[in-house]
Amino acid sequence: MSEKLISRRSVLQSLAAGSLLIGCRSTGDESIEKVDDGAKGAKGAKKPAKDLDPDIFLRIAPDGLVTIVTHRSEMGTGIRTALPTVVADELGADWSRVEIEQGIGDARFGSQNTDGSRSVRRFFDRMREAGATARTMLERAAAAEWGVDASECSTSGHAVVHEKTKRRLDFKDVVAAAAELPVPKKEELLMRPASEYKYIGKDVPLTDLDEILTGKAVYGLDLRKEGMLYAVVARSPVLGAPVKSFDAAAAKAVAGVVDVVEIPAFQGVHNFQALGGVAVLASSTWAALEGRKALEAEWGESPNSVYDSKRFEKTLADATHKKGKKARSVGDAEAALAAAPKESIVEADYYVPHLAHAPMEPPCALAQIDGNRCEIWAPTQNPQAAQTSVAQALKMRPEDVIVNVSLLGGGFGRKSKPDYVVEAALLAKQTGKPVHVTWTREDDIRFDYFHTVAAMHIEASVDDKGLPSAWLQRSAFPTLMSTFVAGAKNGGGLEMGMGFTDLPYDVPNLLVENCAADAHVRIGWLRAVAHIYHAFAISSFPDELAHRVGRDPLEHLLELLGKDRHLGLNGLDYPNHKESLEKYPFDVGRLRKVTERAAELADWKSKSGKLPKGRGVGIASHRCFLSYVANVVEVEVDQSGILRIPHIHVVIDPGQIIHPDMVRHQMEGGAMFAASHALMGEITASGGSIDQSNFHDFEIAKIDEAPQKVSVEIMESNLPPAGVGEVGVPAIAPAICNAIFAATGKRIRRLPISKHDLSWS
Amino acid sequence: MIELRINNKTYRVEGVDRRTPLLWVLRDNLGLTGTKYGCGKGECGSCTVHIDGEAVRSCRKRVSSIGDAEITTIEGLSKDGSHPVQQAWREHAVPQCGYCQVGQIMSAAALLDETPNPTDADIDKGMKGNLCRCGTYQRIRAAIHTAAKKGGK
Repeated sequence: MSEKLISRRSVLQSLAAGSLLIGCRSTGDESIEKVDDGAKGAKGAKKPAKDLDPDIFLRIAPDGLVTIVTHRSEMGTGIRTALPTVVADELGADWSRVEIEQGIGDARFGSQNTDGSRSVRRFFDRMREAGATARTMLERAAAAEWGVDASECSTSGHAVVHEKTKRRLDFKDVVAAAAELPVPKKEELLMRPASEYKYIGKDVPLTDLDEILTGKAVYGLDLRKEGMLYAVVARSPVLGAPVKSFDAAAAKAVAGVVDVVEIPAFQGVHNFQALGGVAVLASSTWAALEGRKALEAEWGESPNSVYDSKRFEKTLADATHKKGKKARSVGDAEAALAAAPKESIVEADYYVPHLAHAPMEPPCALAQIDGNRCEIWAPTQNPQAAQTSVAQALKMRPEDVIVNVSLLGGGFGRKSKPDYVVEAALLAKQTGKPVHVTWTREDDIRFDYFHTVAAMHIEASVDDKGLPSAWLQRSAFPTLMSTFVAGAKNGGGLEMGMGFTDLPYDVPNLLVENCAADAHVRIGWLRAVAHIYHAFAISSFPDELAHRVGRDPLEHLLELLGKDRHLGLNGLDYPNHKESLEKYPFDVGRLRKVTERAAELADWKSKSGKLPKGRGVGIASHRCFLSYVANVVEVEVDQSGILRIPHIHVVIDPGQIIHPDMVRHQMEGGAMFAASHALMGEITASGGSIDQSNFHDFEIAKIDEAPQKVSVEIMESNLPPAGVGEVGVPAIAPAICNAIFAATGKRIRRLPISKHDLSWS
Repeated sequence: MIELRINNKTYRVEGVDRRTPLLWVLRDNLGLTGTKYGCGKGECGSCTVHIDGEAVRSCRKRVSSIGDAEITTIEGLSKDGSHPVQQAWREHAVPQCGYCQVGQIMSAAALLDETPNPTDADIDKGMKGNLCRCGTYQRIRAAIHTAAKKGGK
């Protein structure tokens, strides 16, 4: 193959603490800079004098090499590529002369918590600002040299250009002069028009592509330090049960085992603390695993041993049949339902089980203590949380905890919870050696911060067109707030605002409620979070209504959506993914458009209700992470009940984007991820401990089980950038189940689908 | 002491429990970390290597059972990432997080060695032991077809 590769050093090794740049513009609270004395002192010593370094995200060396610091974590979304291309474009850099450097955990970057599908929407403008700052200085320096007005200068191809006189100065020839200039204020910056972008909107190959394909990419599990110990931890199968006894001698008798150390149980609410348990430290992973086998730890009692998923399923469903806490009300749904004729009432109960994140690389981390300083290397979505959590556990100052971020072998929300990093730090402290903690797959699945389990109840009074005059919906689920607040039982705006409070349908009388539920395992957010279960209910129910009156589900759905409008959500506990409703309104028109477009691409009209038994199409659309998405799923179910998904059509309207192929990738992958869960994903507990332990009983769809084909269309838009990474997930499960109904007449209200007999005759 | 033939080199490993799976010897003793751990039970394929040309889950292969068989890991599949499978993976921009891709590539290379022009069904059969949580399956399928056109193995 003669394809020319971009040769460019890709530096994952983070900045050492001392070389972090000071006296330059940072993000967010400027006061944070002033307290970072350690870094300040080291600056002059380490950095060549003539770097142009006007911004924390960017510096240019005397040879013209541009280093772009990426502060977000790479877990497969391409963010280590996408955001830097924005800086490069705004700067006018040549991508082959750009080096990418992974930033350490540092509040001066602004939030580094790489979740919530917010990297682009939160940092697109900030990246432009970084690029424009350096460009402005280069232009001013070149203009001074040429004796022309800086406003006549521009940059392109790694050079400053004066169009009138056809003069060019490579960045390397103007860096030194530019570095002497004052850093321009934000108000002085002029942004480049989109028409001049060379990399934004193009599919620049992943920064780490070659390293990935050759096995050279460094993930958390690959981190090594001279003299380091490999550790695995035995943890209590039931949350909160303390260590009762263990046989350290038996473990130590295993060849290669160096030490056995108890990690104290977490205090109060588990939060991001280490769970506690008994660690076996050894000269290799295998020896540590063998040592742990020999350990035979026994565990004490915990109130969470009452947790039994079968019983809890009923508890949750019962909760949704009683009055809950109001999240949104329009008109008077209760009165309208009470007054409605019995035969007009339709009710349905939905259930979505616990899920595990199960990233292909399980949690792992490396820690080293050097005097009063702790250095961490870890695959973390949230290096700042790792920093503060470690500091708290070791009773250190956060600034003495340096968190370097490796590549992540998948994250999906698991790796934004740094409990595993804290484990490594505690063990490094106790042993005085560098320690690498590995979670086995069994550890990962048993001790996850689980995606919650949820029950939804919907009842509506509908007319003969399947349109509701009143609609009541309730959901009950152990809230992820229980991970932070003792005894938290109710989902607030955070979870209710994901696909439930913002029910997009045009209903004159609507009531949305949340019902209390207890948490007995660690609950955490998983890719698409509460949208997963809420979308399943609110996109299944309309399909039921349509079929009940013999209407085409698409035509019915479009009528149910009602007029193009902005949903009235002001004044509600509705975080809107932490963005304003002014900038990011809930625009029902955009939801309608993606729905119509997906139907058109899937040739809905010639398929819906027209395919032979055993084949069917289903549709669902959703607004989440401020983007709009619609899915049309085609299924085939043979008479024995074996289900295939030959094709999924996805249409997404995410506003402005940077990297179209990564958007397609996320939609393809999101569909597979969601289909896998819908088809076969379920985590259950018995006696408080998790029943599943590896991929044989928490199954992930294989290549022959996953959807065969996912086609993606991205709607072009100049609207503000919205989320992508999680958007492909929520509307898949309901669209699959709606398609199964069309194919077989079987309605699935409880996931996973594998629990149901789909055979037909 | 155990002697292993890996990527056309002979490695001598001292002081290793003979029951140790090849995976951990590669990773912890020899520093060949390209081969990944994913499940330890042969359920996910992340640890796939070639032993005498066949795709094997190194997490289930005891190091003492290999003898003088030739082991190929991702580090030895090609010198410079130029194996047709790697080229095809590049062309289709297959990876997302990339963690499972080494195992996918090793399985695909073995599949093409055996079946130079695989159908979709052949690919499904040959690749169903390799999980991808990011969901890159359709690109994997397309890339294997491309690699086949490039002359496969």
